[in-house]
Amino acid sequence: MNLHEYQARDILRRHGIPVPDSEVVTTAVAARAAAERLGGSVVVKAQVHAGGRGKAGGVKLARSPAEAGTVASQILGMTIKGLTVQKVLVAPAAEIASESYVGIIVDRETQRPVLMVSAAGGIDIEEVAAKTPERIHKLPIDPRYGLLAHQGLRLGFALYPDVAQARAAAAIMQQLTAAVYDVGASLAEINPLVTTPAGKVVALDAKIAIDDNELDRRPEIAALRDPAGEAPSEVRAREAGLTFIKLEGSVGCCVNGAGLAMATMDLVKYYGGDPANFLDIGGSSNPQKVVNALQIITSDPSVRSILFNIFGGITRCDDVANGIVQATAQFPLQVPMVIRLTGTNEREAVAILKKAGFAALTDMDEAVKQAVAAAKGAA
Amino acid sequence: MSVFINRDTRLLVQGITGRDGSFHAKQMLEYGTAVVAGVTPGKGGQQFEGKVPVFNTVAEAVTATRANASVIYVPAAFAASAIFEAADAGLPLIVCITEGVPVLDMTKVLPYVREKGARLLGPNCPGMISPGQSKVGIIPGNICKPGNIGVVSRSGTLTYEIIHQLSTNGYGQSSCVGIGGDPIIGTNFIDCLAAFEQDPDTRAVVMIGEIGGSDEQHAADFVKQKMKKPVVGFIAGQTAPPGRRMGHAGAIISGAGGTAADKMKAFEHAGISVMKRPADVVALLKSRL
Repeated sequence: MNLHEYQARDILRRHGIPVPDSEVVTTAVAARAAAERLGGSVVVKAQVHAGGRGKAGGVKLARSPAEAGTVASQILGMTIKGLTVQKVLVAPAAEIASESYVGIIVDRETQRPVLMVSAAGGIDIEEVAAKTPERIHKLPIDPRYGLLAHQGLRLGFALYPDVAQARAAAAIMQQLTAAVYDVGASLAEINPLVTTPAGKVVALDAKIAIDDNELDRRPEIAALRDPAGEAPSEVRAREAGLTFIKLEGSVGCCVNGAGLAMATMDLVKYYGGDPANFLDIGGSSNPQKVVNALQIITSDPSVRSILFNIFGGITRCDDVANGIVQATAQFPLQVPMVIRLTGTNEREAVAILKKAGFAALTDMDEAVKQAVAAAKGAA
Repeated sequence: MSVFINRDTRLLVQGITGRDGSFHAKQMLEYGTAVVAGVTPGKGGQQFEGKVPVFNTVAEAVTATRANASVIYVPAAFAASAIFEAADAGLPLIVCITEGVPVLDMTKVLPYVREKGARLLGPNCPGMISPGQSKVGIIPGNICKPGNIGVVSRSGTLTYEIIHQLSTNGYGQSSCVGIGGDPIIGTNFIDCLAAFEQDPDTRAVVMIGEIGGSDEQHAADFVKQKMKKPVVGFIAGQTAPPGRRMGHAGAIISGAGGTAADKMKAFEHAGISVMKRPADVVALLKSRL
């Protein structure tokens, strides 16, 4: 789950990292008032879950409260990467002497959180990493000890020759490490970490992503979720306990298990079709989950055929069959459906489906071929 | 023979009285696995299915039953603690089936498990099976057949699909190992490939990977440099949309790699026969044996 910048800033502040004051507003009038309180010259930033906000025109400078109101009215309501801006952050326009990058990501290679810093921070940090990787300093953190003082200071000196600034940066790195474990983050970055003309080290922007598996035990973090920042069909799927990603094709796929779901999509493509979605109904799927899944798939107007591919292990084929029967009784299908199921309680499932007038296949390739043909025939 | 588990495996089930734990403990008993103990705090002294003693702690269970492996079915919030407990009790093999374990928990668990000299499989994995000998986890026993093909996979149901293809076409398995799809896992492809290379009863290996990360590329290097046995591979996710970006940090740490095309290329470069679809596994194995 991604947090908004203003939420990430709050987390950094709570962990003692110096972050300039700022306010979040939803109207131009409120933006103007916030700019007045913050000293007049401000930056107004769109709060959406999308990278490249600045390049899309979602971050603007304002020299006066009146101008803050004007640019806020331009940014509020604009669309960035398909997401409508509903909130803006208003922060004092900072004078910047230097821009650095500090980030922590949980890394599968080292199996640890890795701290990455660079004196070449700012919006082009990825280009810096690609072209001059020697300018990025990386340190895997031992979770048993956190970031040790000397490690932080060494990386602090990689950013700043001045000892006071290096110490300040080291403290920020330690605080950021602590924040990662406190909030259950899979990613936390400060970009840029700046020095002011007065020599202070300050975080000007922050991005935090939370590991979804942490949310159950951290209700205060789960409450930060902004459903307006996600596609409606994906919100519905999540609430129904399904993993769903909308795609461009016409074969609606309903599969148990992520690997098999991907392999099914690949096979649809192999036989000349295009998958309309990725949908994993998960392990212990009760009939209701199947009903929800079918509801989500059939609400997509580009779906021309529906393909079930179930390999029963923990998932029982009869549960899936019951779900299919229930769902099609509730809302009759407008498009052809091909069902493949094999594994646990396959025989019961076939009987249930037969009674309701559905045929079931046991071979994956055959089912995919039929679903692709059906999608083309109905198109 | 087989890898990691065999007839001598004496299994302890953590969470044996829970919904998933009890269901799968029964299935493992039916398969013939030597399930020698269960652990559920507060239920010590009970008997599971009238024959498996339940203990309050893993340490007690190990002392009383000489269990030499553990399988974990506890809820995600308690999974890390269950792994710590199993490692602390000196169990050399720990299999964590539980899905949804926070990844930061795993960053703390793994150094501890390694310090204790234990092997962890998972979390979020289907476990493993050495057909005809022992099953630890949730892989359906009825789709497997004893034989000499080793299977290692990051997936669950996709693994079943490929095992099913193998069994119905006359290729039995020495062992099938599901390493799990989480970002941080205890046993990786290379650990399994090395074990299969050493196992005298494994003639060829089927490796099933997915998009994301670079474990498959490392595994391909290992196959090229260290393995004599033929390997057949599959990568799921050839048509998957590019994953959601993890800030700048994701791009900095992993660069652009991790796509199915990258991985298939790495496989081919290492002499691994690459399946285009799961059903290809049979023909490719035939061509390599």
